[in-house]
Amino acid sequence: MVEMNMIQSLNSALEHQLLKDENVLIFGEDVGYFGGVFRVTSGLQDKFGAHRVFDSPLAEGGIAAIAMGMGLNGLRPVAEIQFADYIFPAYDQIVNEIAKLRHRSGGEFSTPVTFRTPAGGGIKGGHHHSQSPEAQFTHTPGLKVVYCSDPYNAKGLLTSAIECNDPVIFFEPKRCYRGPFYGDPHHVPTWKGHPRGDVPEEYYSIPLEEARIVQEGEDCTVIAYGTMVHVCEEAIRKSGISCDLIDLQTLVPWDRDTVVNSVKKTGRCVIVHEAPKTSGFGAEMSASVQERCFYHLQAPIKRVTGWDTPFPHSTEWDYLPSVKRISSAIRETQED
Amino acid sequence: MPGRNTATESPFTVGEAPFRPGDEADFGGSWKEQPGDLWRPDPIQCITMDTLPHCTGLIRVLGDDNKASGEWDPKLDAKELLRGLELMLKLRIFDERMMKMQRTGLLSFYMRSLGEEAVAIAQTMALDDNDWIFPSYRQPGAQFVRGRDMVSMICHCIGNTEDNVKGRQMPVHYSWKEGHFISISSPVGTQFSQAVGVAMASAYKGEDQTCITWLGDGTSAQGDYHYALNFASTFKPPVILNVVNNQWAISTHRNLATGGETFAMRGLAYNIPSFRVDGNDFLALYSVTKWARERARAGKGATHIEVYTYRAGAHSSSDDPVAYRPSDEEKSWPGGDPIERLKEHLYEIGAWNEEKHNQMIDRIGDEVMSAYKEACEFGDLANGPYPPASTIFTEVYEKVPWHIQEQREELGK
Repeated sequence: MVEMNMIQSLNSALEHQLLKDENVLIFGEDVGYFGGVFRVTSGLQDKFGAHRVFDSPLAEGGIAAIAMGMGLNGLRPVAEIQFADYIFPAYDQIVNEIAKLRHRSGGEFSTPVTFRTPAGGGIKGGHHHSQSPEAQFTHTPGLKVVYCSDPYNAKGLLTSAIECNDPVIFFEPKRCYRGPFYGDPHHVPTWKGHPRGDVPEEYYSIPLEEARIVQEGEDCTVIAYGTMVHVCEEAIRKSGISCDLIDLQTLVPWDRDTVVNSVKKTGRCVIVHEAPKTSGFGAEMSASVQERCFYHLQAPIKRVTGWDTPFPHSTEWDYLPSVKRISSAIRETQED
Repeated sequence: MPGRNTATESPFTVGEAPFRPGDEADFGGSWKEQPGDLWRPDPIQCITMDTLPHCTGLIRVLGDDNKASGEWDPKLDAKELLRGLELMLKLRIFDERMMKMQRTGLLSFYMRSLGEEAVAIAQTMALDDNDWIFPSYRQPGAQFVRGRDMVSMICHCIGNTEDNVKGRQMPVHYSWKEGHFISISSPVGTQFSQAVGVAMASAYKGEDQTCITWLGDGTSAQGDYHYALNFASTFKPPVILNVVNNQWAISTHRNLATGGETFAMRGLAYNIPSFRVDGNDFLALYSVTKWARERARAGKGATHIEVYTYRAGAHSSSDDPVAYRPSDEEKSWPGGDPIERLKEHLYEIGAWNEEKHNQMIDRIGDEVMSAYKEACEFGDLANGPYPPASTIFTEVYEKVPWHIQEQREELGK
């Protein structure tokens, strides 16, 4: 085990893939010589050469299209979209082309592309460097959608995403690159000393359909992914309620069984995500929990999410689900 | 308060088609450009600006006298020319049969390549059989060049039990792995930039494969066209990028697709050698594509080609051009008809005659009819049998995930 932050663990996953499979190519804006604006691909061009790791022109739609073409011609491209907010010029290629290729060609063609993209708020990025657009992709058949939350699962999940023969959208919570976030912007811990910052140097993977039970409790099930996992940890502590905390990790296909088993045990459920509430992935989980756990539920399912507004700049702490909002929601589920 | 600008009469320019219903279409009779006007640069040594005259001129080989001449004459033997003629005829007769099926309710939709048969046939003949093909919806003809079985194509259009894409796509959205023919896609233009990625992969793997792709004059307004040119310009992979300027994008004339003089010119700004070629001249098309293939193979990167032609038919079975252009406009097109022109050339060189030609038409007609009948045995549009409903749920992912498996069980089939 080595102490790594999420940038280093993602870099390690990429390095293992580049070593393991010569058909893995990495490209995107600023990822080559410079190593990425968040440094995730740092040093990889030096080690593997400019034909394995390179800078592309500044065009997400073009990046997605060439990834699609490379993938169907035998390569395993890993493309970076510099911020998830900038994925939309690539949306047509991802939704209509990459996601549909296997199905519409009758299984004749497929393209195992991975899109890595930093998402979520907490860096004072305003509405165009803070969004969390996972639901735009969970609604698209043919894509797998992954959202890591810490250095350990970032490496294991990215490994599985790249090795997966289906296209994967891989969200990286940028606020957690260098440390967990517990909801207090003035408290900036690093991954140093955090158990999830202990990362094997060697190769490993985490399956794409499994959630992680972060902590176990009796009275409420809290479901989150990305940065919100850590905020929920703090909110649970503040609430004083004994909770299961589930880090979903993969959104499509999601680990419904783990969620359902937990809610059947606790009888209560709080779902947390940064993205807006309406049609957010929380709505899908809420509906599924209701379908499966109705007779076990002792309180209405709660959703604590970003507001149905554009993501703000200087007021972002009032936008993001806070420890206070989440802990209140947990406590409300305990009322008779 | 800003004052009113009285310097111009109209607020902005809205282009107009040269002729509309009721007008007498007149394109000036014949091309002013002649075979031999434009030299053939060396495909390896060529630098982009060598091709400037080729972007404003028009590469021709077949003259108004039906003779082949000039540096671009590919000097194909009569056997190859006859093969081209036969394949173009096959495409046209096949299209006619499919349109009849559509009109009688046997197909939900259809798109013909009428008047543009030379594009897919000549350009694909100029390639190697394992070169990748990223077509738009008017290049299904490439499959004939590579020998795809017509029965299989018709089964796809019907969406019956033998449809290789399992009833999942509209007619004409062919996909054929064996022929390196990637599925045609309705969101127009997406294939253009994908083709660049395919070519980059071929180059990366050290394989001697090029990739050819086409889109229309209208579609060249899409971002994917510009992504493709820019990525091709930057990475120089072995790709052939064709803009088929057939004058019409459904009802929108190409004058509303760009303010540029020609489509070919755009390639120069991307530092990609570019040509404008008579798309109804089989020999010129073949020759320019061969040039591009040779350059790509030598590691010199992309070529950009404006294929100058005319969409003689409706956009699709759902369109009627009478509403927006003179009904006989195609008859005035100086490029004429690609099949007639190659036929007349073969007559001219004494390699063909009317009797043989009519026999060929009859033979192909019989083949198409027999393929049509055979395909219908595997199911028709109204009554099926169709692919099993379970095919809705398969191949969405490599393995069926639990949530899709549950939904399949809910359907109970």
